Amino acid sequence: MEILMSFLIGILFMTATYLMLSKSLLRIIIGTGLLSHGAHLLILTMGGLKRGAAPLLGEHAKSYVDPLPQALILTAIVISFGVTSFFLVLAYRAYQELGTDNMDRLRGKEGHE
Amino acid sequence: MSNLLIMPILIPLFTGIILIFFANSIKVQRYISGFSALLAIAVSAVLATQVYNDGIQTMNVSNWEAPFGITLVSDMLSALLVLTTSVIAAACLFYSFRSIGEDREKFYYYSIFNFLIVGVNGAFTTGDIFNLFVFFEVMLMASYVLLVLGGTKIQLRESIKYILVNVISSALFVISVAFLYSVVGTLNMAHISVRIAEAGNHGILTVIAVLFLIVFGLKGAIFPLYFWLPGSYYAPPAPVMALFGALLTKVGVYSIIRTYTLFFPHDIFTHDLLQVLSILTIVAGVIGAIAFNDIKKIIIYNIIIAVGVILFGVSIMTKESMTGSVFYLIHDMVIKAALFLIIGIIAKLAGTADLRKMGGLINKYPGLGWTFFIAALALAGIPPLSGFVGKLLIVRSGFESASFWGSGIVLMSSLFVLFSVMKIFMGAFWGSERAFKDEEKVPVKGLLAAPAILTAIAVLYGLGTEAIYPVISLAAETLTNPDIYINAVLKE
Amino acid sequence: MMKTNDIILQTVTKVTLFVIILFSIYLFFTGHYHPGGGFIGGLMSSGAIVLLLLAYDIKTVTAILPVDYKKMIGAGLLFSAGTGTGALIAGKPFLTHAYTYVSLPLLGKTSLHTAVLFDTGVFLVVIGVTMTIIQTIGESE
Repeated sequence: MEILMSFLIGILFMTATYLMLSKSLLRIIIGTGLLSHGAHLLILTMGGLKRGAAPLLGEHAKSYVDPLPQALILTAIVISFGVTSFFLVLAYRAYQELGTDNMDRLRGKEGHE
Repeated sequence: MSNLLIMPILIPLFTGIILIFFANSIKVQRYISGFSALLAIAVSAVLATQVYNDGIQTMNVSNWEAPFGITLVSDMLSALLVLTTSVIAAACLFYSFRSIGEDREKFYYYSIFNFLIVGVNGAFTTGDIFNLFVFFEVMLMASYVLLVLGGTKIQLRESIKYILVNVISSALFVISVAFLYSVVGTLNMAHISVRIAEAGNHGILTVIAVLFLIVFGLKGAIFPLYFWLPGSYYAPPAPVMALFGALLTKVGVYSIIRTYTLFFPHDIFTHDLLQVLSILTIVAGVIGAIAFNDIKKIIIYNIIIAVGVILFGVSIMTKESMTGSVFYLIHDMVIKAALFLIIGIIAKLAGTADLRKMGGLINKYPGLGWTFFIAALALAGIPPLSGFVGKLLIVRSGFESASFWGSGIVLMSSLFVLFSVMKIFMGAFWGSERAFKDEEKVPVKGLLAAPAILTAIAVLYGLGTEAIYPVISLAAETLTNPDIYINAVLKE
Repeated sequence: MMKTNDIILQTVTKVTLFVIILFSIYLFFTGHYHPGGGFIGGLMSSGAIVLLLLAYDIKTVTAILPVDYKKMIGAGLLFSAGTGTGALIAGKPFLTHAYTYVSLPLLGKTSLHTAVLFDTGVFLVVIGVTMTIIQTIGESE
């Protein structure tokens, strides 16, 4: 199962890298979203995948799932939700102001307005 | 257990929250944030004296015992950095009152400002690696907003790149924490240190160490990863630039210091890597600083040089070099904030940041000129000003541990730093007087107060080295001997 | 521009809106022991408001719900941070929660926990943030 997850995470990272290297801003944002999904799955896998009762509650189960990775993922998801939505709004505003979503045209000369 | 050490985080947090409700009344916003900034300085000063007298302070958030819950730890280094942060924040805040403009003030500028301080103080105080990530994100979120607030074209353009770089580095942070967790099975930094020492020297730990170096190096702007910094820091107005330059990169540097002294103190490969990178950082920064004719760019590249110098001291890993690094770190935070604020005034007076289009300011604004001169000398480390002692300790321990090349480059860099800032002094203040368009509108005296106070602090910091030395040395003691930190947290 | 006829969407919205809000409140309270909680409940509630926005327009919705969502974020943060700080007054570490069990008629043994106050803050913040984002994009069109 861990190996399968590793492949999945690898594919997510690969796709994310491909998208982030493209010129369109929207594709880049989708790429960052996929990258953080990959990172979250990685936390889950790194905590060890096993069957068991939900953590902390129910004291009679034989084995428990490690609660910590789940807490970390929840926190990381909330953060990436916030960042991604901010990024989207910013991209929209930038598109309105600058009239382009092409990263090549957003380059700007050093030190010039 | 002491609740005192969370106060530097809570005070700006509550200030930021309360200010959301007073978005339309600028006067109330200014009074509240000004008062809370002064309160924060007082509280962090009390905290620093307490840490100095009673040793490391810890607090288990929500009463979970040490390795299981989140622990906040205030050792001498973090207490000092929190105190410095509070002072710089207050200076930037009072400078903002006169320069930031009503539009930004109405658009939650002071709230976001305070949230940034929450993130910075939190990152300095936390003793939990994942909590460090959370405070990083708080800080970054606030910095995104501060960077884009105002919405000019250059700000929009640069903040897209800044956010993209930081989103990627945040993902890498999560990845490296995940790897670390799979190896040691804990997130408490003191506990991680114990577990890594038990596990011995594995290849995977070196990989994690390098990953951490990449993550924090992106934030702290070390050699191959500083590419985003000159563009992004150029965009926002002066007080925001001062906050970024003085605090954000230093949080990255602090995290490198913390992880490398606590987690990987015996990993030879990573320390050699850090040393090489820090030297290259200095070289890259120097090239930028002497190449540009733009006053903002020159100071921005000086940030990169300072990061290199501090990390060179860290990579040597002796007590003396650590003392030097801590000395230099605090000096650099104060003096960079002062310089950015002064540069802000100059750029505003001249209406441009281009050195070739200004000149002759010294006759009309002697106060501004001499403050800049003193700050510039302090930056270059002319004795007895504040940069001198830190650099002296770093270079001396560098020669002692046979890092001749690195120490030589640190020494040479001082000359180039001096050259780059004197270029500003000569270009902006000497020469024939010129008339500038919007000169009269700038309240120079009011604006100069904050950087003048910061410069005075820097001068006193240099003159009072004898008095401050035991405090800094205590901070370095904890860094070179992780057992002190571990025992304080885990109370074994 | 010709106005599209979305009578079906509007009629369905009138009914489902309350179901969604009720479910989000259920999620909020069940989160204490089971999957759910302030974040998810808040997201679901803001989903309901977004549905309202889609079915009608932004003017109608602000007339129905005259809320300043930015102040809502502030109120939520105040709730959450305030709950944590309450522990300081009692001399406990930050964020320490207090709880007790009470017997209520019909419900039986019920737990009373200050974490609910914290989660109320989260609930408000999530609605505030989501709606601020949607409004920022929506208003400029």
